[in-house]
Amino acid sequence: MKFTKTLMATTALTMVAGVSGAADMADEMTIVSWGGAYSKSQLKAYHEPYAEKSGVNIINDDSSAEAVAKLRAMNEAGNVTWDVVDVVAADAMRLCDEGLAMEIDADTQLADGDNGMKASEDFGELLVSDCFIPQIVYSTTFGYRTDLVGDTPPSKICDVFDLEAYPGKRSLEKRPINNMEWALLCDGVAKEDVYEVLATPEGQDKALAKLDTIKDSVVWWSAGADTPQLLADGEVIMGSTYNGRLFSVIEEQKQPVAMLWDAQVFDLDGWIIPAGLSDERKARALDYIMFATDTQRLADQAKYIAYGPARKSSAPLVSKHADLGIDMAPHMPTDPDNAKNTFLYNYEFWADYRDDIDAKFQAWLAK
Amino acid sequence: MSETTHTGPVLAADGTPLKKSLARALRVEKMRALLMIAPLLLFVMFSFIWPIGEMLFRSVDNREVGEVLPKTVAVLKDWDGTSGELPDETVYQAFTADMLVAIDAKQHTKLGRRLNFEKTGISSLFRKSGRKIKKLDLETDGPFKEALIKIDKKWGDVETWKAIQTHSVNYTNGYYLNAIDMQRTPEGVAVQSESKRIMMTLFKRTLWMSLVITGMCVLLGYPVAWILANLPARSANLLMILVLLPFWTSLLVRTSAWKVMLQQQGVINEVLVWLGLVATDDRLVIINNATGTVIAMTHILLPFMILPMYSVMQTIQPTYLRAAKSLGATNWTAFWRVYFPQSIPGIGAGSILVFILSIGYYITPEIVGGAKGVFISNRIAYHISISGNWGLAAALGAILLAAVLVLYWAYDKIVGIDNVKLG
Amino acid sequence: MAALTPISRKPFWLVALVVGLFGAFIGLFVGTANGSGPIGAICGAALLVGLAFLYINVLKDERAGRGITFAGLGIAGFAGAGIPGAVLGAIFGAVGGWMIYWIYEGRYRSYLPPYLTAGQVLWHYAFRVICGAIFIFLITPILVVMPLSFNAENFFTFTPEMLRFDPEGYSLKHYRDFFSNNEWQRSFKNSLIIAPIATVISVSLGTMAAIGLSQSHVPARRAIMAILISPMIVPLIISATGMFFFYSQFGNWMESTLGLDKNLVGYIKVILAHAVLGIPFVIITVTATLVGFDRSLTRAAANMGADPITTFFRVQMPLILPGVISGGLFAFITSFDEVVVVLFVGSASQKTLPWQMFTGLREQISPTILAVATILVFISICLLTTLEMLRRRSERLRGMSPS
Repeated sequence: MKFTKTLMATTALTMVAGVSGAADMADEMTIVSWGGAYSKSQLKAYHEPYAEKSGVNIINDDSSAEAVAKLRAMNEAGNVTWDVVDVVAADAMRLCDEGLAMEIDADTQLADGDNGMKASEDFGELLVSDCFIPQIVYSTTFGYRTDLVGDTPPSKICDVFDLEAYPGKRSLEKRPINNMEWALLCDGVAKEDVYEVLATPEGQDKALAKLDTIKDSVVWWSAGADTPQLLADGEVIMGSTYNGRLFSVIEEQKQPVAMLWDAQVFDLDGWIIPAGLSDERKARALDYIMFATDTQRLADQAKYIAYGPARKSSAPLVSKHADLGIDMAPHMPTDPDNAKNTFLYNYEFWADYRDDIDAKFQAWLAK
Repeated sequence: MSETTHTGPVLAADGTPLKKSLARALRVEKMRALLMIAPLLLFVMFSFIWPIGEMLFRSVDNREVGEVLPKTVAVLKDWDGTSGELPDETVYQAFTADMLVAIDAKQHTKLGRRLNFEKTGISSLFRKSGRKIKKLDLETDGPFKEALIKIDKKWGDVETWKAIQTHSVNYTNGYYLNAIDMQRTPEGVAVQSESKRIMMTLFKRTLWMSLVITGMCVLLGYPVAWILANLPARSANLLMILVLLPFWTSLLVRTSAWKVMLQQQGVINEVLVWLGLVATDDRLVIINNATGTVIAMTHILLPFMILPMYSVMQTIQPTYLRAAKSLGATNWTAFWRVYFPQSIPGIGAGSILVFILSIGYYITPEIVGGAKGVFISNRIAYHISISGNWGLAAALGAILLAAVLVLYWAYDKIVGIDNVKLG
Repeated sequence: MAALTPISRKPFWLVALVVGLFGAFIGLFVGTANGSGPIGAICGAALLVGLAFLYINVLKDERAGRGITFAGLGIAGFAGAGIPGAVLGAIFGAVGGWMIYWIYEGRYRSYLPPYLTAGQVLWHYAFRVICGAIFIFLITPILVVMPLSFNAENFFTFTPEMLRFDPEGYSLKHYRDFFSNNEWQRSFKNSLIIAPIATVISVSLGTMAAIGLSQSHVPARRAIMAILISPMIVPLIISATGMFFFYSQFGNWMESTLGLDKNLVGYIKVILAHAVLGIPFVIITVTATLVGFDRSLTRAAANMGADPITTFFRVQMPLILPGVISGGLFAFITSFDEVVVVLFVGSASQKTLPWQMFTGLREQISPTILAVATILVFISICLLTTLEMLRRRSERLRGMSPS
């Protein structure tokens, strides 16, 4: 019986500890983000200084990939547990349309730039939605294994679709965004017509038909960490992912990987505050946002990951990597050398057409 | 013991007739048993059965359309969609009125998503038009037929209105039809369009692969259960740890371990290449396809096969085999005619358990299955956590649950649910 | 186990045949790895047959013979392929040396009934080899995880340094990460809060219900059983979604009506959800134990004046305790390893270990989850040992109880 007694005693103890532990965590907020190297940069640049300043306990939830569906569910169940959510611009627009995100007035609710510029001016045209507070400019682009692609490394986006010159697996994201655009570009559609073509069912079929040509050689990824892992393992010879993740594979992990910047797709990432928070939580979320998106904080984040800050006033403050000491500017997607041929991503198109094309794409994928 | 000298009904010690007294005792016993079961039963009913029921109710619930567009639905009833003519101005006016309310409450996108499940393209139509309809004034901007068609020419498409009309009922069979690759149309039930027809493929694949996994588990589990049941207890218990250890290791860890093992630069391929059995540019593709799913799931579910088999085989007397042999049976005959028939309940129990578990799995296929090795439950998970089509997810889930219940019933008939042992 | 059959030395041809085949089998792999399979096979066979001949006819000292094979082949392996070669060579040598004497002395026959024919003996060992292969299949994935958790790099791959057994390739950094990282620590703590409480709930309610169910004359027994087992058979993703909506409303009710703290409510939700998932295991194991329970014991206790509660705790409970504990362990592991339901029902403050592992697998490239897995495997081994000890104890108890 000794065993049971010990067991019961331990359980009773953990119960007490658990409940009392729960009680002193009252002043906390849940911040949802993308995980991995990206969350780590936010932890260093925003969370840690903010926790020190305000004493609020920040809890991370790496669920941004499912943020839209989860927010919809939470809203329907009347139980929103998130305080601040990191989403891409198109998702923010969708959430704003659906009334799931709170509208923000940039000039009164965000900090002015360190040069005194009003926030609306400092962010400028990057404020693409009333609910969205931009944070970074990132790009989705390709990385390839330098040792597995032969003597002529890929230099054009269409090399991804060229199985003869570059045999082997490539990893693509398990969603239509970007893949459809690249497919159309390589199917001979002019850059400026891509979204016009993609808005028609025939255009969507055309893009899928192009993707069909490499379907058997594709490993589909759904989380940002997949492509770096696949590249490091040599499982794929090239793969798309966010440029910051590739930076970390190349510079921090020292893997034999190089960037293919051609037709990189710029996108914005930033915060939203879910609609329907209690006043107390809303005030705390706004306070956090005010702090985390000021000029210095945005510039600080670029010390940890190769994403460009969304404020104009932060750009001059971007310097060297915090641990490696290398200059960050040449690794930014916006660097002129990298941005020779970029693809202009249309947020509004994807906010409108995401549901339609997603359904088609997923059905195609499951065939 | 008192002597029963008098005739008549037998009496208990307190003088009541024994029959009555026994019946009362039985009643008390029944009550006590029920009282002991009641707390748990209520707990499970309240916090599990009811939520599941509520979830499954979503597979027929279709009140969104009627709630967001009440006026439109009412006037659209009289429109004959098969005539090929557009509805008249009253419908357009009612629609505009409904939309203005809905846009204010930001409900129109929700409806757009709902209808988009049935006809792709409607979501973007609602979203885009929503921004422009917002600016219309119900008093001054008529006639709305032209105004709406000007906003988007899809409002001048009969198909759009047909879709709204077809899906305006409060309770629908539409999700179930979608779940079996059919669809609800104004003309009645029809086959799903080619580009969306995947459910039956997935159902078939789920059943087929679950069968393969179950078969593999029987094949691998039988010898192991046999040796565990026939070794002396001490060594059997030691070997049992080898079975239970994987069983108790986190599912996620085992799945990622299989990822490490199976990938093209993984352990198995590296060993084979090192041994010279396969060429380095001709590595086996055993992940991100059906093979990967089968291997990993067989490993994960194998203990569920071994444990019930083992508990049945433990009860089979080894003397029967010896008796058969001493009566002149060969090894094979003795096994096949004497031992095997007695072990069938174990095989049945294990198979049904493994089969039920495997058709409901989704994390392992998601990680090692690629596009060709995923199950219907991955589809359910996709509709729940990405596309938000809970009605379809609930319908798929209900079908899956029905299949599982049939199997459970069979299981109960063959082995009896209280004869299962887990280690 | 006592020897069943007196053993005698076997003719040399049998030894040569068996060890020759074994040598050829191993040699085939070494040979193909180095260019030519057949040559390797012949060399391997010749090596072992030659050694067998020497040992049997010349050396005649078993200990020396086995020592020489073990050390000699280990050194040869080292010369050929460094440390990995040495390990493989030494293993090959140890097995080869043991096999020579095992066959020659006829030891393989010793524990088998004397009436078995040669074919039956062969089948006996072939069957064992097959079973061994299946056990290897069962355990390899877990063995693979352990060395990887000491990887000095941040990927899930064996690096060349690791394969060379270079200390540079190994590090404890993922263990350090686990013990110092806030997220991991908090999720570990959450798991330690949630799993035991959920287990206590499912065990106490489940045991009571199982005892109730085991009584004769329970009306609608099958239906009740089916309801109680249902959490095990409903596909998890459906349970999770259903519970998400139910517990959201339930949680709102607790927060607004009962005025409970948000965090506390979060824990209660996850604990109750996990308790439900653990119940089928408790019911199944306890019912199975109760099938073998001798009912006259409770009657005897009642006869001697014990009230039902005393009877339960003093007579019935100690006897069905193994079933209760093993059901409890299943319930515990269900909660401790559960990721789907907690992702839906919990919020980030209740993040459990499997949740953190799930994000670790999806969002981060970090072998920390392998380090955690290794730690958990050791905890599992401890639990299994406990279980085995309890089983032996109950056997002793039952041995004393009247049958």
